[in-house]
Amino acid sequence: MPAGFSAADFYNILPELVLTGGALLVLIVDVLTARQQRGLLAWVTLGVLVATLLALLPFSDVNTVASRGLLAIDGFAFFFKLVFLLTALVTVLMSSSYIEVEGLRAGEYYFLILCATLGMMFMASGIDLITIFIGLETMAVAFYILAGFLKPNRRSNEAAVKYFLLGAFSLGLLLYGMSILYGLSGTTNVRELATVLASQERNALLIVGLVMVVAGIGFKIAAVPFHMWAPDVYEGAPTPVTAFLSVGSKAASFAMLLRLFMEGLPFLADMWQPMFWVLAVMSMTVGNLAALTQSNIKRMLAYSSIAHAGYLLIGVVANSSRGVTAMMIYLLLYVFMQLGAFAVVVMLRRQDVAGDELKDLSGLYFRYPTAAVAMLFFMLSLGGLPPTAGFMGKFWLFSAAIESGFIWLAVIGVLNSAVSLYYYIRVVVFMWMKEEALGSPIVASPSMAVALTVALAGAVVFGVYPRPLFELAQESAQSIGGVAAAVSALSF
Amino acid sequence: MLEITPTHYLVLSAGLFMIGVIGVMVRRNIIIIFMSIELMLNAVNVNLAAFSQQWQHVTGQVFAVFVIAVAAAEAAVGLGIILAFYRNKETVNIDEMNVMRW
Repeated sequence: MPAGFSAADFYNILPELVLTGGALLVLIVDVLTARQQRGLLAWVTLGVLVATLLALLPFSDVNTVASRGLLAIDGFAFFFKLVFLLTALVTVLMSSSYIEVEGLRAGEYYFLILCATLGMMFMASGIDLITIFIGLETMAVAFYILAGFLKPNRRSNEAAVKYFLLGAFSLGLLLYGMSILYGLSGTTNVRELATVLASQERNALLIVGLVMVVAGIGFKIAAVPFHMWAPDVYEGAPTPVTAFLSVGSKAASFAMLLRLFMEGLPFLADMWQPMFWVLAVMSMTVGNLAALTQSNIKRMLAYSSIAHAGYLLIGVVANSSRGVTAMMIYLLLYVFMQLGAFAVVVMLRRQDVAGDELKDLSGLYFRYPTAAVAMLFFMLSLGGLPPTAGFMGKFWLFSAAIESGFIWLAVIGVLNSAVSLYYYIRVVVFMWMKEEALGSPIVASPSMAVALTVALAGAVVFGVYPRPLFELAQESAQSIGGVAAAVSALSF
Repeated sequence: MLEITPTHYLVLSAGLFMIGVIGVMVRRNIIIIFMSIELMLNAVNVNLAAFSQQWQHVTGQVFAVFVIAVAAAEAAVGLGIILAFYRNKETVNIDEMNVMRW
């Protein structure tokens, strides 16, 4: 067995190293600058994220296993890392004005955002149970703190406590399942797991382990019936954190899910497909029906994101390369639609207005037509109306399901999309047809304007011209298939 | 003399895990709930150590050390969060978490 790591191992995790160094740099800059110059921190954070992005770009065609089989540096990981960095960039852009209004400590805030991003990146490239779980916890612990970042605010306290308790509980379930998988196979490497377990007979213990892992991941992606934490956490957490949580954490958890089930347990597909089938149907139905009655926008978007987890699970059930491609496309498009919607909500937060109730949107069109039109696009896109990005994403997901023979699942998905239009359109009704809401004027800071523009551009451009995105996702999805070939390449 | 087989360890860890899960479900004090979660994580550690012994390699023990480290990090953050909650609310009863609908 070779001792130690080679230089290539360090090169392969260069983006992660840059991000780690950058996160520490943010803390140092926070200490060294005066209180009035804290605006600098946002710039440093943006710089760190852009540097990470640049360090990531050379890895677009790489397909290798690094750190003695702990990490896979492949197209799949590359695509997801791109999604996480994009999410973090837009989140940081929309945070600066919010931090000022709430009077938050910017240094720790940006540091934790970067830490969460780092955890997500390890979740996407981890192919060892230990790496995956450490990445998951790096992300989750950062999010526990971020959810409770408004210390004097009771809602934020509650959100943090609930998220922490249910997050730790789900970690217990997930780890117990993982320990059983390790016990039955004698390896923690996901790809070896596939070859070892495939030749074994199935027993009750394996089923227990599988159910535990599904339940643990179910909590992380907020699928019904493991969704109880989501509405409260989304409502209580600071709005930019909610945005980051609902997009980044969801995408990372789906990356982890795909790694574990498509690479690690593909031979058990006949057992986990029905489980995810049920989760998908329940998430879509319960999420959409509960969202109908909400009066708080953040809570409504929470239930909508539960429903979206259901749509995404359709891609898992399809269990095909087309399904994975569709999920990756949907997740990237979801970044634009969901972050855009949250950016508008963040903008509504002013000195005298909390800005998270539906009525705060009243008459938005008459005072701020640009913001209202942007919100209209995001809502239609989330609802999946053509020709928006959301329609394209749903189209691919449902067609992947039909191709794999799950026609009923696609039908239920389409019906649910129709239901969801009601509450998305309701937001539009408030913006166009209600009396203007009171409160001080809304000012979009330059960084907020950039965040909105990026989100809107993504949602519009990829809705009418999705070809490059489709090609990228299709190419990236290929690396998750060839399991047996990759196992022999391990450098143990 | 009774030989201790992996099955014995599995039964022990399953018992510990169930006690933890039931504790999370029925207790109302946030600190006790958190202790129950720690019990679940320790059930995982028993499992990992037993399997590590069975397979005659250290992977499981390394995994267990990571679980312990993460549990410690989580405890630090979690107790901080509970403290922030207590300062505003003067209680650690989970039924008092009612600002938002459950």
